[in-house]
Amino acid sequence: MKQARKKEDQGKYQPLSYFQLMEVSLRELLVEKGVLSDEQVNAEVAAMRARTPERGARVVARAWVDAAFKERLLRNGTAACEELGLEIPALKLVAVENTPKVHNAIVCTLCSCYPRVLLGLPPDWYKSRNYRSRMVREPRAVLAEFGLRLPKEIQIRIHDSTADMRYIVLPMRPKGTEGWDEARLASIVTRDCMIGVAVPRAG
Amino acid sequence: MNPQFVTDYPAVEAKFHLGERVRVRQAAPLGHIRTPFYIRGHVGEIERLCGSFPNPEELAQMRDGLPAQPLYRVRFRQKDVWPDYRGSDKDVLEIEIFQHWLERA
Repeated sequence: MKQARKKEDQGKYQPLSYFQLMEVSLRELLVEKGVLSDEQVNAEVAAMRARTPERGARVVARAWVDAAFKERLLRNGTAACEELGLEIPALKLVAVENTPKVHNAIVCTLCSCYPRVLLGLPPDWYKSRNYRSRMVREPRAVLAEFGLRLPKEIQIRIHDSTADMRYIVLPMRPKGTEGWDEARLASIVTRDCMIGVAVPRAG
Repeated sequence: MNPQFVTDYPAVEAKFHLGERVRVRQAAPLGHIRTPFYIRGHVGEIERLCGSFPNPEELAQMRDGLPAQPLYRVRFRQKDVWPDYRGSDKDVLEIEIFQHWLERA
């Protein structure tokens, strides 16, 4: 048993893939030439991992309780986030609002553009060819696989994030959340709700 | 039409207006192109002007991408893009497309 665990700890040797090798080479060159230090690289990776969808959920919860904020968010998502102390430099954030007649969802067919500073690292499925190719082609089938079946009267708007904008879906506040404070409201706003493959539920 | 985001790059003048029908150029140049293949040749309407941003095709070649190109969000009907689309007739796709990829429809 002891022997087996030790072997497991050693992991499975895998040669670096093409892109891993490129990343290591570039990083080592940048450090070697003094452009960046190892500490800076590690700090940035740590900061990237520390960002979670709770940041985006705060924005949604504020928009639910403050109509004027919601209006500013829809007009200029970047400025609205900065009001909440969320620094999103260089990110042009477009918030798209779900209504009883419209449901929005986000995809990046060309690569995997994602509002990382608000939602953290994207889930693997968001980067998969399956999601990226089918979400623009048969969105209702893809949403159904996520458990979201929408009637035909509701317009589905798929946003292909192809250039300089990044998107966040502003879901509808569900029934049964009357009187909730912002923190409690934020707790039901999941990452998937802000990508548009789910909707928040009160229960 | 006012842009959603104001940038201070020297830019090409925006020539399309809100709601105008535009066709995505049917072209296949090599390089780093941010116009998806599946939408080339299709007609949609201008949903908003996002602002003006350096041309990514030029940036990818280590040039400055200036003058900046107006970037629009264009709305397409799913039924127009995919004739066998099985969802609702109301369903749409919205895609960011740079002005130099658009022509009046």
